[in-house]
Order: sequence, then C-alpha cells, then structure tokens
Amino acid sequence: MTAEVRTIKTAAEQALAETYAKAKGTLPGAGTIATLRDAAFRQFDAQGLPHRRVEEWKYTDLRALVRDAKPLAAPPDASAKATAGKIAAPFSALKPRQLTVVDGMFVADQSDLTAEAGLRIGSMSEALVRGDALVAAHVGKVFETADPALALNTSLMGDGAVIHVAAGTQVARPIALIFAGTQDAAVFTRSLVVVDKGATVTLIEIHESGSTQVNTALELVAGEGARVDHLKITRAGALHLSTLLARIGARTAFNSFAFTRDSTLVRNQSFVRFAGGNTEAAIGGLSLLKGKEHVDNTLVIEHAAVGGVSRERFRSVLEEQGRAVFQGKIIVAPGAQQTDAKMLSNALLLSDDAEADNKPELEIFADDVQCGHGATAGALDEELLFYLRARGIPRQEAEALLVQAFVGEVIDSLPQDSLREPLMNAAVEWLRARG
Amino acid sequence: MPAVQETVDQVRRIDVDQYKYGFETKIESEKAPKGLSEDTVRFISGKKNEPEWMLNWRLEAYRRWTTMREPTWARVEYPKIDYQDIYYYAAPKAFKAPKSLADVDPEILATYEKLGIPLKEQEILAGVRKQGEPSQLDDDEMNGSEARGRVAVDAVFDSVSVATTFKEELKKAGVIFMPISEAIREHPDLVKKYLGSVVPITDNFFATLNSAVFSDGSFVYVPPGVRCPMELSTYFRMNEKNTGQFERTLIIADKGAYVSYLEGCTAPMRDENQLHAAVVELVALDDAEIKYSTVQNWYPGDAEGRGGIFNFVTKRGDCRGPRSKISWTQVETGSAITWKYPSCILRGDDSRGEFYSVAISSGKQQVDSGTKMLHLGKNTTSRIISKGIAAGKSNNTYRGLVTAHRKASNARNFTNCDSLLIGDKCGAHTVPYIEAKNSSATFEHEATTSKISEDMLFYCRQRGMSAEEATALVVNGFVKDVLQQLPMEFAVEAQKLISISLEGSVG
Repeated sequence: MTAEVRTIKTAAEQALAETYAKAKGTLPGAGTIATLRDAAFRQFDAQGLPHRRVEEWKYTDLRALVRDAKPLAAPPDASAKATAGKIAAPFSALKPRQLTVVDGMFVADQSDLTAEAGLRIGSMSEALVRGDALVAAHVGKVFETADPALALNTSLMGDGAVIHVAAGTQVARPIALIFAGTQDAAVFTRSLVVVDKGATVTLIEIHESGSTQVNTALELVAGEGARVDHLKITRAGALHLSTLLARIGARTAFNSFAFTRDSTLVRNQSFVRFAGGNTEAAIGGLSLLKGKEHVDNTLVIEHAAVGGVSRERFRSVLEEQGRAVFQGKIIVAPGAQQTDAKMLSNALLLSDDAEADNKPELEIFADDVQCGHGATAGALDEELLFYLRARGIPRQEAEALLVQAFVGEVIDSLPQDSLREPLMNAAVEWLRARG
Repeated sequence: MPAVQETVDQVRRIDVDQYKYGFETKIESEKAPKGLSEDTVRFISGKKNEPEWMLNWRLEAYRRWTTMREPTWARVEYPKIDYQDIYYYAAPKAFKAPKSLADVDPEILATYEKLGIPLKEQEILAGVRKQGEPSQLDDDEMNGSEARGRVAVDAVFDSVSVATTFKEELKKAGVIFMPISEAIREHPDLVKKYLGSVVPITDNFFATLNSAVFSDGSFVYVPPGVRCPMELSTYFRMNEKNTGQFERTLIIADKGAYVSYLEGCTAPMRDENQLHAAVVELVALDDAEIKYSTVQNWYPGDAEGRGGIFNFVTKRGDCRGPRSKISWTQVETGSAITWKYPSCILRGDDSRGEFYSVAISSGKQQVDSGTKMLHLGKNTTSRIISKGIAAGKSNNTYRGLVTAHRKASNARNFTNCDSLLIGDKCGAHTVPYIEAKNSSATFEHEATTSKISEDMLFYCRQRGMSAEEATALVVNGFVKDVLQQLPMEFAVEAQKLISISLEGSVG
C-alpha cells in the first residue's frame, strides 16, 4: 500500500534486479515454478524494498537500512560445510536428526538422512527441478500475501529442505534444520514442511549466518489433529529476513517460538492461518539486543474457523541503542466464533538510547469471541531492585536476576522442557556478556 | 460472551434509523458559488471582512492543499469526494448579529428548540433574559449572580455563528468568547499568535482544506489565573444542502487558567453525503487546564448507508507550559464516517493529557478514531480510555499512538481500549502504536476486559454475585467513570449510553 509513486530504484534494488536477471536461467525449477518466480519478481519490483510508508514495514525501513544487495553465494567448499557441524551442539542432549543447509545449499553428506517410516526428507532444489508433486501443490500457496520480502524469496529461492511427515507418524527425534552462512554473499532459502493428519514433529531451525545476507522462508502445512512444535534460533551478523507461512488444520496443536540474539538486522515475520476449527496455538519470541541491533517480530494471525485458541507472547531486552519492534495482528474472520486469542508484548529497556516499538492490532468480525492484547515498555522496577539491594545484593547482580526472571518467564512458555534449557543457557550467556 | 440484551436494546435506541435530529430548517441561505478555487477563499474572507494577513494565510493553505493527496490509511471506505461539488459557505440570508429576540430568525429559534437545547439556554440564546436577571422558568436556582449551572453558548448555523450568549459577563471575568471571525477582527494579535500553532496549515489534507475555507467557529481566551466562571459551549448545526461545514475552534488557557468547553453537533437527514472538516486547536500554558467535551451526533446516514456526514476532524491540544493539562472527552454516535484523533502534545514538563472516548457505531457507519499522546517533556503522564461498540454492519476502529521521545524521562502512559460487537456483521479493530524511546518511560497498554481487578471481582462474588454480574458491575462502574467526565449539560445524551454494559467485550 504505497501511497507514493514508485521512485527511482536504490542501489540495492538495482543490484537485486541484476541478480535476478542474471540468475534466472540457472535457478532450479522450470515451467510453473519459473512463472511463479517471474510473477513474484514483478511484484517485488513494483513495490521495491519496503520503507517506512509501507504500514507493515513502518518500523523496519529496508530502503534506508539495506545499502547493498550482495551477489548470490557460490556453492560451499568442504571447510564451509564442516562449520555447520557444531551449530546444533546446544541441543545434542535431544539427539536431533540434523539437516544442514550451508550458504544456501542443502548438504546431503552433512545431513542425517537415515530412513524412518512415514518420514520423507529431501532437498528443495532437487524437488523443484524434479517437479515434485508435494512442492508443486504447496510452494507459494500456503498463505497468500503480497509481502515484498517473501516475493523476493520466491523469485530467487534456491535450496532448502523438504520434509513430509505421513499421516499418523510420530517423528521420534526432533529435526534440527541448520542454516549456516560463511560467505560475504546473499542466500535465498526456501523450505517446505507438510505434516499430515494426526502426525507429530518437532522442528528446530537454527540460523548462524555470519555476514551472509539471508532471506529465508518456511512453508508449513499441518493437517487435522497434528502437532507441530517449531523453534527458530537466530544469530545473524548481516541482514536476515525470515518468513514463516503456516496453514493449520482442525484440532491441531501448533507452537512456534523465535529466539534472536547478537543479530544486526533481523525481521521474523509469521503469517499463520488457522483454517480448521478448535486449534490450539502458542506463538512467542524472545529478542536480546545490544549495540545498534534491530530485531523485528511481525505476526499476522488469522483465525478463520471456530473455536481457535491462540496465545502470543513476545519479550525483548534492550541494551545500548538496540531497537525492538513487535507488530502483531490478530484477525478473527466472520464466523470464527468462540475464538480466544491473547497477545502480550513486553519490552524491557535497560538503556536510555534503546527503543521499543509495539503495534498489537486486532481486527475482529465475529461477536462471540475473546480477544485481548497487552503491551508494556519500561525499565526495571525500581522497587524490586530496592528489595534485592536491601538484602545485600549489589545493583548489577540484582539487575541481572530481574532480567533473567523476565527472560525466563517467556522461555517457560515453550511446550517442551527439553527445548527450554538450551535457550535459557543461551540467554544467560548473553546476560553474562553484558556484564 | 455475546452482548447482554440490555446493551442491545440501548444501542438499538440510538440506531441510525432512530435519528431524531434529521429535520431540515426551511430558511433562505446565501451561499458562495459552488466549488473550490482561490475565488472561493477570497469570497469567504471577504464575507468575514478579514484583514489582509488572514486572507494570505488562507491562500497559502489553499495553494498547499492543491498539492496534497487525500489520506487512505484509515479503515474507512467512501465514494470519492468531489471537492468542486460542495458549497464552502452558507449563511442564513440577511443575517445580522441579533440584538434582540426580534432579530433572531424564528426559524432558527425553532430549530434550536427542536434540537433540545434546554429552554433556559434557548431563552438566553434568543436574548430574552438579560445577564444577571433571574429566569422566569425557574424560581430559585438561577437567582443572584451565581454562575452555577449556566452555560454560555455559541450557536453555529452552517457557516456562521448566529448567537453567542453571556458575552458581557464573561468579559467581566476577562474571558474572551466569541466567533472566531469576530476574534480575527477584534483580537488579531492573539489569533495571529496562536492560530495554526498547534495544527499548522500544512498538517494534513483535511486540516489544510479547513485552513483555506474555514468559515466560523469559536474563539476562547482565558487570561492568566482566571477560572472561567461558566461552561462554554458551541452547538454546530449543518442545515443547507450540499454544503460542507468547516469550523475552526481555538482555545487558549493562559497561565493558571481553567476552562471547560462543550461541543455538540447535528445535521438534517439527506440522501447525499455532506463533508465536515473541522480543526480544533487548544493551547494550555503553564499550570493551565482545558477540558474539552464533545457529543458528536451528526446524521449517520440511513440503515442502507445512504447519506450521512463525512466527519474528518483534526483536534489537537498543546500542553505548552509546565504542569498544564488537557482532557478530551468524546461520545461519538453520529456521522457516516468518523476520522478523528483528538491528540495531546505534552511539551511542558509534568504536563498531563487525557482521552476518554465512547464510540458507538451502527447501520453502515464507519468509525476510525483514537488519539495521539506525544510525550516530549519530563514527567509527563497520559491516560487513554476508549470504548468502542459496533452494531449492525458497522466498523469501529481504535487507532492510537503513544510515543515518548528521548528527553521525556519518566513519561507514563496507561491505555485501555475495549470494544464490543453486537451481531456478526460488524467489525471491531484496534490499532495501537506504542513507541518508547526512553528507558524511564513506562507504557502500559491493554485491550481486554480480563484485566478487571481480581480483588473487585472476588469482593462481588463473595457477596453472592455471579461472575458475569460482578464483571458487569465493575465494567459499568468504569464506563460511568468515562461518561462522568462529561459536564452535566451533556447528561441528556450521555444518559442514553450510561447503561450500556461492556461485558462480553473483545479487545
């Protein structure tokens, strides 16, 4: 919804156009996929990089923040592939099935592809080339949106993982999807996860992208009565745009959590449609920011069927000149009665130069629903600090305790115990580093 | 929880097809030629005998306006407005400021009577009763010079102010209360100093349009240390066909002054839409307080969405001095489209802004309303209480911005916006923007009924009430609090809403 006429292209926009023109012929997939790419690029080109006058990107002005668009990454060499090995270490206790994507390429020899009944795993680029039926049925179709970051991903998508969990399958080990970046280049990864009726899966997405510019997207389809737990952990030294598109079927339990720290410029956007009735969902996030870091968590949650329950809970801790953005839009479609949606966003400002922008929106078209949102922004409670200090705890330690408690509360909302500990450890490590 | 029957009935009573003020006064009008051009601006300025500087100010606004686009960000949909198909000025023919009852056109008198402006007031409005003279309508209350319960009224009929009451008595207190067109001639220094200082002519599409063509409105100046001895009020009436009303209100409370101002508005029922684009500017200097209350009841259109007023209003208050306070209270029931965000710029240290709103939409009404609280000074506080009730096929949006700038240390805001839907064809939306740029700022925003104090609920339930009754009681008490922000004079309108329960509300 740009109010103004499209202006002259920025250097980054021009570079993206050149990248697409050059790569077009070699990108995986022909026929309908190529058509999809072309349409998506035209859509992006018409809008350009989103800027502050685009309502959905009001607080993350890419036109101003992205100075250059790097060229596409080359295939990784052996040493690059090896770096991915350690990334999942914090989760080793869970013995996850590890799948590795390095510099935008699915690395089969670094991935655990041992067979398991009801589970099919493959590379996205191969699926695109092959004209895989699952990919053809879902890619670009899970959630309709005109979002420019997604359009860019669709036009340049290279590789990623394709995971299909057949009906009734309970995948025993969590699947860890490791995304590593080692080059001073750009990657556009796209993954598809289809969880059929009554199946269960835990998905841990870990991004360690260094100075690689990342635009990643994950499409998720959860069938009736399924259960999907999704965790995304991000550490990115360069631009990182991430889109989750999800369509959730009836009586499905869906949990999604995004943990972000030590990242220059991150946008995590989730578009979730509860297409079937009586779904249960918890969507959350924790962002830890310092320096001039900028983390944006944007949600569009659409309750399209009756009896959906969703809880959205986001927290951020801001140091120095960190800027945390939370935008959450809950849409209750006509007829989606008995929806119960509650959204809460809290920002803890530890510095005078930090900034927290909150925009929790409700859009409701059904009368028998319960929806609410809350948002707070503020410093640590002086009274609590005083209480602790009166008991002989030095100020810095008292602060650390309170911040840890603040962070702990949202980590506790994760559905599985085993996922909490590694997150809490990472958070504590971050808190220690701030001194 | 769906709405309770009582609420449904209450809202029904003020549904669009129940509009009581839809009659038209047959009176001859003098109009500006249709359409908008520099000539129209000159015509209006000429009609008002304005000095050169004012004309130039208007022309600058007009030129600016021609380069602007109509905003599209609000959640309202309406057919394109043809700005050349509107009369920008309409005044009752041969209109002169009334000196006695005989001078006020009986048609206009009848109009105000029908609008239910209390007889007492109307008597004053018509100039029957002299200042300080006891009314014949009541024996005890109004005796003596006690100003209790009295209201000075400025009645604006289409583009002109037809009467202003209590002028003399207010003058004694040093308060200036007059149509703005008169103020431009009589107090040019004050007007020059403050007009456009809160809402600059470049502010937004509708405010700029208003700056070019505003015809009348009220001007209030309360000198330092003066507590305005009575409530001031303006009653806006749109009567003429195809006209727009563009009033401009400017209220200045000098150091330590206090003023309470009320505004009411109605219009006849017509099949075509009429445009109302007003600008209200409030300036509160050191320690001053301004309380601004509105009962907005423009014609909302019929049940099919035909006709009704397009209400695009820019209202903004500037807490310019330390410890100043501005409070907005609004009850919004009318207009086909409402686009209105009464705001506070909290510039002075320790200043305070308040916004209390009940917005009720039914039929095919569309409301996009809310507030902005801009915290610039230290220790500034603000409070936003907004209740939206949507029925029929209407859409009701709360849109608000709360922001604390780097230097606004210890800024505090509390926001509570609840909405209630009656029926499954309407929509309720909440779009709050909360921007904290200062760690000592404390912002709390909630949009849910579940935040009612558990203690209160427990207390009620312990005494045998059901959870629903207890909630209703607490919420009702709360809504009453909002309505009680309205001065007594608006009690009639407020009464209709007072028993509306917000239980079962959605965020």
